[in-house]
Amino acid sequence: MTDKELLAAYSTRLGDNALVLGQRMIELVAAGPELEEELANANFALDFIGQARLFYTYAGECEGEGRTEDDFAFLRREHEYRNLLLVEQPNGHFGDLVVRRFLFETFYVYLLDALTRCSDEGLSEIAARAVKEIRYHLRHSRQWLLRLGDGTVESHARVQESLDQLWQFTGEMFVPDELDDAMRAACNGPHLEIIEAEWRKDVSDAVAEATLLLPEDGWMASGGKQGRHSEHLGYLLAEMQFLQRSYPGASW
Amino acid sequence: MVGKGFDREQVIAWLSEVADPEIPVLSITDLGIVRDVDCSVGVTVSLTPTYSGCPATEVIEASVVAALQERGVEDVTIRRVLSPPWTTDWISPEGREKLRVYGIAPPERRARPIACPRCASEETELVSEFGSTACKAAWKCLECLEPFEYFKCL
Repeated sequence: MTDKELLAAYSTRLGDNALVLGQRMIELVAAGPELEEELANANFALDFIGQARLFYTYAGECEGEGRTEDDFAFLRREHEYRNLLLVEQPNGHFGDLVVRRFLFETFYVYLLDALTRCSDEGLSEIAARAVKEIRYHLRHSRQWLLRLGDGTVESHARVQESLDQLWQFTGEMFVPDELDDAMRAACNGPHLEIIEAEWRKDVSDAVAEATLLLPEDGWMASGGKQGRHSEHLGYLLAEMQFLQRSYPGASW
Repeated sequence: MVGKGFDREQVIAWLSEVADPEIPVLSITDLGIVRDVDCSVGVTVSLTPTYSGCPATEVIEASVVAALQERGVEDVTIRRVLSPPWTTDWISPEGREKLRVYGIAPPERRARPIACPRCASEETELVSEFGSTACKAAWKCLECLEPFEYFKCL
């Protein structure tokens, strides 16, 4: 793999995480429990989609075959998507959303932070822009985790269940594959072992503060990074890609 | 009009008339998103997006091209620069004042209460961290009771 191919593949994967989570959140637009949370969700989704656009555009530049951000988003199939399984899971209830975002964003913020120090200027610039946004997101998701965990008997029980359910999707974040190794070797890319330690500390601190129990590591689902997805991604893409698949090249 | 060199200061003056589509009292130069103007071949304007997902980015780029073409600059190139990332510190002092007059409290780095843009009272409270656009929060003045928007610090 040349450096350019490596960067294109790595940037696409970052874009996939951001786009799939952004799309999941957009499903909830106009369904918020109250106005503040409605706007928070829409604003955060917009950040993710904006980041996906930057990552895809950059992937297209590295690849050099003239693919645009739209080609990456709308014209790739399920197995070509390399996002984590966590971000493609159905939305569930409000507690599920909070826990998913908290688990993912705690990982993502460290990943982006490490990328600001990688030797590739294109990726480090996008990461520098995005990390500021995700720090702001995290303030929100962490606060809600505390509020729900240390809230009523009902909210505590339900958010604990969310945590227990989603825990199986966290292992995959820290298992390096060829692409992670190549990024580390060629571009001083993120060191997933270090990120895992940082993530564990932040997550266990927040979980304890929220009076919740940290789940034990059991069986971990994996495959998203290799394009083997849960059944949920296909439906998400089918809806998102419908227009471009049915009317190829349609534009505003 | 290839071959005709444009005056950089003139081009910047033209750009200072291009309004931000979301907050039209602010020009793109007030906002601090014009990072460079290069007049060596045609005109290249370097712009930095405020937020990654800001929907105004494309509108602003199109407005810059239109504004310069109207003034006879045919060869306009827009360069999108991400680094260093935009911060609200780049909003000019005039921009901050324009925001206040428009009814939006300008971003505040110091740890102090947000002053009401209408009556200047510091007796204010946060209503919602999230406002009508990604860059604003909703506040309320406890003195004059007017709701107002606050441009979040980034």
